[in-house]
Amino acid sequence: MDAGRYIPVLILAAAVAAVQLFTLATGSEYYLTQLTMSAYYALVIIGLCTLMGYAGQISLGHAGFFAIGGYTVSVMTTYDFSGFSGSAVMGLLGTLGLASASGGELHLSPWVSLAAALVITVAVAFIIGIPILKLKGHYLAMASLGFGLIIYRIVLGTRIFGEADGISDVPGFAIAGGLRVSGSPELRIQNYYIAWTLVIIGTVMLINLVKSRAGRALRSIHGSEEAAMAMGVNASRYKLYVFVISAVFASLAGAFMAHLNGGIGPSEADVMKSVKYVAIVAAGGMANLWGALTMGVLLNYISLRGYLGSYDDAFFGAILIAIMLFAPEGLINPAVMKTAAVRARSLIDSIKKKTGRGGHAS
Amino acid sequence: MLLEVKNVSRAFGGLRAVDDVSFSVPKNSIKAIIGPNGAGKTTLFNLISGSLRPDSGRVFFNGRQIQGRPPHTIAARGVSRTFQNIKLFHNMTVLENVMVGRHTRSRSGFMAGIFNLPSCWREEREIENRSRGILDMLGVSGLAGMNAGNIAFGSQRIVEFARALALEPELLLLDEPAAGLNMHETAEIAEIIRKIREMGVTILIIEHDMSLIMDISDDIVVLSSGKMIAEGRPSDIQKNPEVIRIYLGEEDAQDQEP
Amino acid sequence: MAFEQVLQYILSGVTNGSIYAIVAIGFNIVYNTTGIINFAQGEFLMLGGMTAISLSQFMPLPLAILFAVIITSLAGAMIDFVFIRRLRNPSVLMMIIVTIGLSIVIREMALHIWDEKVRSLPYFTGSEVTSISILGAYISPQVLWVLGVCGLMVLLLGLFFRYTATGRSMRACSSNKTAAGLCGINTGNMVTISFMLSAAMGALAGCVISPITQTQYDSGTSLAIKGFTVAILGGMGNSTGAVVGGLLIGMLESFSISVLPMAYKDAISLAILILILFIRPSGLFGSREESALKEF
Repeated sequence: MDAGRYIPVLILAAAVAAVQLFTLATGSEYYLTQLTMSAYYALVIIGLCTLMGYAGQISLGHAGFFAIGGYTVSVMTTYDFSGFSGSAVMGLLGTLGLASASGGELHLSPWVSLAAALVITVAVAFIIGIPILKLKGHYLAMASLGFGLIIYRIVLGTRIFGEADGISDVPGFAIAGGLRVSGSPELRIQNYYIAWTLVIIGTVMLINLVKSRAGRALRSIHGSEEAAMAMGVNASRYKLYVFVISAVFASLAGAFMAHLNGGIGPSEADVMKSVKYVAIVAAGGMANLWGALTMGVLLNYISLRGYLGSYDDAFFGAILIAIMLFAPEGLINPAVMKTAAVRARSLIDSIKKKTGRGGHAS
Repeated sequence: MLLEVKNVSRAFGGLRAVDDVSFSVPKNSIKAIIGPNGAGKTTLFNLISGSLRPDSGRVFFNGRQIQGRPPHTIAARGVSRTFQNIKLFHNMTVLENVMVGRHTRSRSGFMAGIFNLPSCWREEREIENRSRGILDMLGVSGLAGMNAGNIAFGSQRIVEFARALALEPELLLLDEPAAGLNMHETAEIAEIIRKIREMGVTILIIEHDMSLIMDISDDIVVLSSGKMIAEGRPSDIQKNPEVIRIYLGEEDAQDQEP
Repeated sequence: MAFEQVLQYILSGVTNGSIYAIVAIGFNIVYNTTGIINFAQGEFLMLGGMTAISLSQFMPLPLAILFAVIITSLAGAMIDFVFIRRLRNPSVLMMIIVTIGLSIVIREMALHIWDEKVRSLPYFTGSEVTSISILGAYISPQVLWVLGVCGLMVLLLGLFFRYTATGRSMRACSSNKTAAGLCGINTGNMVTISFMLSAAMGALAGCVISPITQTQYDSGTSLAIKGFTVAILGGMGNSTGAVVGGLLIGMLESFSISVLPMAYKDAISLAILILILFIRPSGLFGSREESALKEF
């Protein structure tokens, strides 16, 4: 039913393949590395888009969830569990093939750490979400920012999280057969496809959600929470669920990214990261999954390629301001792009007029 | 009795917005609440619909206590409402607004939605058909695809009615449905209210338009400064000296001002 | 703990706390006239400190501070003129996003103007080794400067709001903007003034604290978070509350260092922020009813 919603997904899949073939033909496969990372960041962004754009709940702490995912798998896959080798849990994991000993050390399978990361994320999202989502507007923004900062301070100040150095030497993640999430150059193409497959699956899930009864309820909360409740929508429960879902998306991205990069550092938990995610969702038009996805890939790619140099943070700050002033509906919308151009021109004209007057006088 | 309000009170700081109010609404009737501005009418609605908790007193719906319960559970029991300052979901289409009204009459959850399970499909189709049917009945099916924020004020009122009806309520709370409407539109609203009553829905209505109230209601409650000062048939209320004093007193004051 | 040590903690708590209070009052001034929480508030302290440091190389310290305050308050006015006024019927979300964007842009501009070196103003009296003994606790005379300047600012601000026409107009704006506009008050100008005032106060606070805490391009952010915590604790918009809240948070922080590792110092006040938001968002002195009515 309603297969039309999946047409853009097919276009996306085709584009993903086309880009890979293009880089193959032109011998520029090194671009795939950043495109793979952009894909993981895009995963965070579509989750945040659902929370912010559709349900109307701002979060300035999503880098915190990304970090929870990334750090959990990093710690658990690099930690030597041989001290626990006698315990029943380790024994069970060993017989299930989820823990392996090598060189006198005992390491957990990435599947175990991924599962643990997701469980921890869901638990934290529930615990923090229940009180935080009772707040609105500025208070919600500040509370979520506070949450993000706490995570940042914790990873920065705790020995097991590597303090300022972060964690390195995280092994690759052998998913099945030869499929392996890792940063080694010969696995570049398959990692590109793994990342984009996750993005496509995630996008399909969120599109389904947005168009379902639950999605309608979420959007109605954004429209008017009071009216939504009067129509029988359990607003606090719906807000909490979508918060948890978006947290899981961020955490999953963090976990895969840690395997891809072979580690994670505290900069991934930085509040500036959370602000970037918000900027990208805003640039994509808030309640626009495809806009958020497009912007997510585009802006992250630009940023990761280092085109912005030391102006990277400034660029995202400027985007936030410019979008709110000239295109509050986002960039991905032809009609809006037109009015934004007109508004920008009138602003430039008015500035020109003011400075022009001074110019004539001199 | 469908709805029984017993000794309900609610204060804001020192102000007793609703002060020991009791009345009941029998099934299939239209009851009106009138009173000057600030009499506590909307507060009373919020106490019934669960947006506010009463400080004391009890509210029974179909014989079960509902006071202090969250609004969504009260809605699920069959109490629906409209708002004085229309609260449509401006980020959604007219049809989607009405479809939200079917929320309590459908059950697909988050997981079913995310995976677009076949069980959702039939439900979605039914939600949409029902919603279109309601828009059709109220004569606004042409607006279905429009953005709810972009339609005329009068139409917004009707769409809000449609959304409230989609819930299939037993009791419908209407908060000043004719406010801001012209005579023609008010007549249209009166027609719709009668139609709703014929469907077997009980109505509790707040309204300032006296001719509309006297025309449609079976019974009237008069509030002033949070207190209930009269209850009775429209003809009795019109003759009630206390009510006349409040209303005429106000009008006298207005006459003298200019 | 010895008495002198307790006193030492108290004094350091009061010093930081009074700076937090100034930041919180800066939040309050803008919040009261606009309903906006200006996320760029902390940047004013950094900007004031940095400008004064640069200027102090060409001119005497008092003059450098004066110019730094003037320049920062002009920057505050510019924020209103160029950005805030241009928002068309802004939602709370939009205002949050714009002021966050501003704080990032200001911070990054500072990074490119001044690089990332940590700088500081010279001590106003004496040097870093000068200390005076109060009941056995040793403190730098700069601490007295901080306390004195902050106290004076709070006092003058109180007088300004009570006895000047502009101050009264600003209070009218905060209690009912539409009505104030109908009474002939230019509400737009009041918003500009509130931005200038909060920027000027921030700049001055940034100057007096600079010798003790030092100034860096990104030192505004954590001050903003602390200031916001204090503003919430004291009740948004309530300046007396901000002073009490500031002192409370300052003390709590300085005593927490004696039990917990330094790295968690910020996490403590953030945890307090979140706790207050959960338990009593209206703050210690705010009215619960009133804050329940506010949508933002």
